[in-house]
Amino acid sequence: MSSPPVPEPVLEVSGLSVEYVLDRGSVRAVDDVSFTVGRGEFLGIVGESGCGKSTLLFAVAQLLAPPARVDGGSVRFKGTSLVGLTDKQLAATRWRDLSVVMQSAMNALNPVMSIGAQFKDVMQAHGVKRGDEIVARSAEVLRMVGIDPAHLRSYPHQLSGGMRQRAMIAMAMLFTPELVIMDEPTSALDVVAQRSLMVQIKELQETYGFAVIFVTHDMSLISHFSDRLMVMYAGQVSELGATKTIFDKPRHPYTQGLLEAFPSIHGPRVPLKGIPGNPPNLALIPNGCRFHPRCPQVMDRCREEAPGLIDVHGTLARCLLYDAGAARNSAAQPTGGRTDA
Amino acid sequence: MATTTVTVQAGHSTAGQAGRRVWRAVRRNRKAATGGVLLLLFCLIALFPGVIAKDSPTAEIYPKNLGPSAAHLFGTTGLGQDMFAQAVWGTRQVLIIAIGAGLLATAIAAVVGVTAAYLGGTWDGVLNLLTDVLLVIPLFPLLIVISAYVQNSGTGVLIAVLAFTGWSYTARQLRSQALSLRNRDFLEAARVRGERPLYIIAVEILPTMISLLLAAFLTNALYAILFASSLQFVGLGDPNATSWGTMLYWAENNEALQAGYYLQAIIPGACIALLGTAFALLNYAFDEVGNPALRPVRKIRSKRVQSASS
Amino acid sequence: MPDDPGTELLRAEHLTRHFKIGGMTSRQTLHAVDDVNFSIGQREIVALAGESGSGKSTTARLLARIYKPTAGEIFYEGKPLTRLRSRRDRLRYSGQVPMVFQDPFSSMNPVFKVSHGVLRSLKLHRPELSARQRLDEAARVFEVVGLDAEMLQRFPYELSGGQRQRVGFAQALVTRPKLVLADEPVSMLDVSIRIGLLNLMSKLRDEEGVSILYITHDIASARYVADRLIVMYAGQIAESGPIEEVLASPKHPYTQLLLSAVPDPRAPLGVAAETDQGEPPKVIDPAPGCRFRWRCPLAIDTCERVTPVLTELVPGHAAACHVAQTGAEVKAFS
Repeated sequence: MSSPPVPEPVLEVSGLSVEYVLDRGSVRAVDDVSFTVGRGEFLGIVGESGCGKSTLLFAVAQLLAPPARVDGGSVRFKGTSLVGLTDKQLAATRWRDLSVVMQSAMNALNPVMSIGAQFKDVMQAHGVKRGDEIVARSAEVLRMVGIDPAHLRSYPHQLSGGMRQRAMIAMAMLFTPELVIMDEPTSALDVVAQRSLMVQIKELQETYGFAVIFVTHDMSLISHFSDRLMVMYAGQVSELGATKTIFDKPRHPYTQGLLEAFPSIHGPRVPLKGIPGNPPNLALIPNGCRFHPRCPQVMDRCREEAPGLIDVHGTLARCLLYDAGAARNSAAQPTGGRTDA
Repeated sequence: MATTTVTVQAGHSTAGQAGRRVWRAVRRNRKAATGGVLLLLFCLIALFPGVIAKDSPTAEIYPKNLGPSAAHLFGTTGLGQDMFAQAVWGTRQVLIIAIGAGLLATAIAAVVGVTAAYLGGTWDGVLNLLTDVLLVIPLFPLLIVISAYVQNSGTGVLIAVLAFTGWSYTARQLRSQALSLRNRDFLEAARVRGERPLYIIAVEILPTMISLLLAAFLTNALYAILFASSLQFVGLGDPNATSWGTMLYWAENNEALQAGYYLQAIIPGACIALLGTAFALLNYAFDEVGNPALRPVRKIRSKRVQSASS
Repeated sequence: MPDDPGTELLRAEHLTRHFKIGGMTSRQTLHAVDDVNFSIGQREIVALAGESGSGKSTTARLLARIYKPTAGEIFYEGKPLTRLRSRRDRLRYSGQVPMVFQDPFSSMNPVFKVSHGVLRSLKLHRPELSARQRLDEAARVFEVVGLDAEMLQRFPYELSGGQRQRVGFAQALVTRPKLVLADEPVSMLDVSIRIGLLNLMSKLRDEEGVSILYITHDIASARYVADRLIVMYAGQIAESGPIEEVLASPKHPYTQLLLSAVPDPRAPLGVAAETDQGEPPKVIDPAPGCRFRWRCPLAIDTCERVTPVLTELVPGHAAACHVAQTGAEVKAFS
């Protein structure tokens, strides 16, 4: 892999594949995904529904449950492989070095326990015994995220949506881990609460130096906060590189299409097209390039040949347009846009 | 958020689809399949009793209190009747009561529960009150009192009595599910386009509740069997009818247990238990249909993944 | 797009909706919508924007007659809705002012074919049509929204989210409406699919002459389709006016806050030093005064005591802010 050298990787995912074993055969939700996360780096993972980003996250955090299972590849955290470890072995790493923030705090927080009690639970599970230590640390993390420590006594339903998400992040920070994985923590929030939460996360990251993997479907939001960006489509990485580069010069036609699909409130009002068609059913993956049925720049080759990740000036793109052999075949033939979206 | 495309089809189906899914759920779940086979067996026995038992169930022509033998598979009663014939011929009456009362109770429960959920407000309050009152009253004493009044009025009346006293339990369940459906946009859409409430309940809500309605039917049928047999045991049924409950009644009357003729009590008891079990087992299929989280998940032995050296 | 809507289609005056909350002991009132005034003209798309709890969905449901107003009145084609007594009148209104719902996965009954809602609407609202004519009309309306007529025979689970929302629009269109109430029709769709639906809404305005009340929390999508914008906060209207003008020069501090928070890949996100961490209030038994005052850096004395009234500051462009109404330049959030 000729991706740009990343300082001291905290996480190395290599060729990871996850499949769901169903009655009618298995479905690959994540197919041969590789990426690294450096110390203190903010990696955004972007994709629409069905692209596999949430499954990927669960796989990295070792939270997969049957019928899903890791089918190949490795996940190394600071050099140690995580896949195949038992729960007991994982417990040492979990929360101390690697923590997870789920999508909906209302679902992740215990509705019948106060926030303080839940923090206490976590800390005791990781060996912190002294009551005063627990209270002090709990108050400290709440202050870190801008919540008055008096809320240690509150129950989740007494907090607003934005505060609940912050409480989740505070909980993830209890042991100042090196890597925090977040699964769409802002999707249930309004635009103002969303922005302030993102700013908070970024500030925390800069103060404490932990790495973040942030999964979202909202590309315009992540563009302001991530260092590097990974775009997923149909279970595969379709583009991976520095965020600024991807936004300035998106290589993969899917990324281009995605960026075009965001109307802007600045600048002139222009008609947009979006991307025709629908993401594929993972049980019936198209031949060749998975994106070819919807691609405005599809070539004949794309219907037969499945592209690998190709280095295009530092960004990896899974597209035959950048394959040296592309010149050989017929020129790009735009498809007519189908409006069955 | 839009759902992922890797979903196992959950809960979206037509009536025919629902039927097929129910069939598949039953077939796949071992408990339900066992229950289904048992029920089928009983239905066959009820339909063709003469084929299986050659003797007349009522004729008191045999020697009394015989044990099981080649001539009398289950032995004879204290009155000289062949117990095998009784058990076989009795199946019909029990099944009729079970299915009849089950259907009627479910129908009442559906009407009350769904209407309460849909109309809400005072209607919900009133119907809930009615349901709760019935839930609180001990059913068996109530049944005894009513049966004493309508004694010997036949199977139809028994079915009606059972249904009108026993609907409250499943009414609560159906109301809960209807409540959870109430906020589904398609119901609001129906209201906004101008549909009448009766139409919405009958056409939009009930068909989406088929699984739960079937489960409610099984529950009501089960309780109908148990209560009907109990009433007959106590003597409030027609003592000359051929039914498992009356077999128990006569066994008690002739002091079979004290005299040591255990079979006379065990046989009808076992039949009741078996049929009840059949209904109960079938119900397992519906738990899963309603709640996919309960589906049996095959344990996947995760192979030790070789760390790729890249 | 005509700024002057010409014939006014619908007008809300002092529209108010309160909900009683709490049990027997505490009788509290939630002010979901308070004294809201606006109008919608022909052939225009009006965006009603706000965060959750702002009252925008409740307003839509008041217009759809799912809720009855606690106070105030809604006028449709000049006549008040309270005058709709007979079933025929009410059916006519629901045909002219239908609603499209937010969740593509629960807006259709999974037990029936996709044609079910459309055909039922036709049966109820256009009874003069024969069965054959109904099918033809259903097919026609499907084509208008960009679906193949053969999809009428499919079941909801066979359709994607975007396709289901198109069916939602088809169901609304089939009664030949004048105004469609669209309650966050694209929020639950993938980003690449939203544009298709938004383009459809523009097409319905331009080619079918339908007005749309587009309820959303996404200002960017509102800008893409709408002619006018109404911003709601805590049950009241904060600002309203032609959309380009409101976006170019927002007069209410809340509008400014909202605009500053909208992420745009093509522009740097304004991250203010003290980022607003407030939340919209739950409006329970409120005292008079501006409901935004706790989050507003420009709040003055009057804001604590007097509830601001939506007043026109520039022709067509109104804001409910004491500071703005004094004529001072409002620059609360950049």
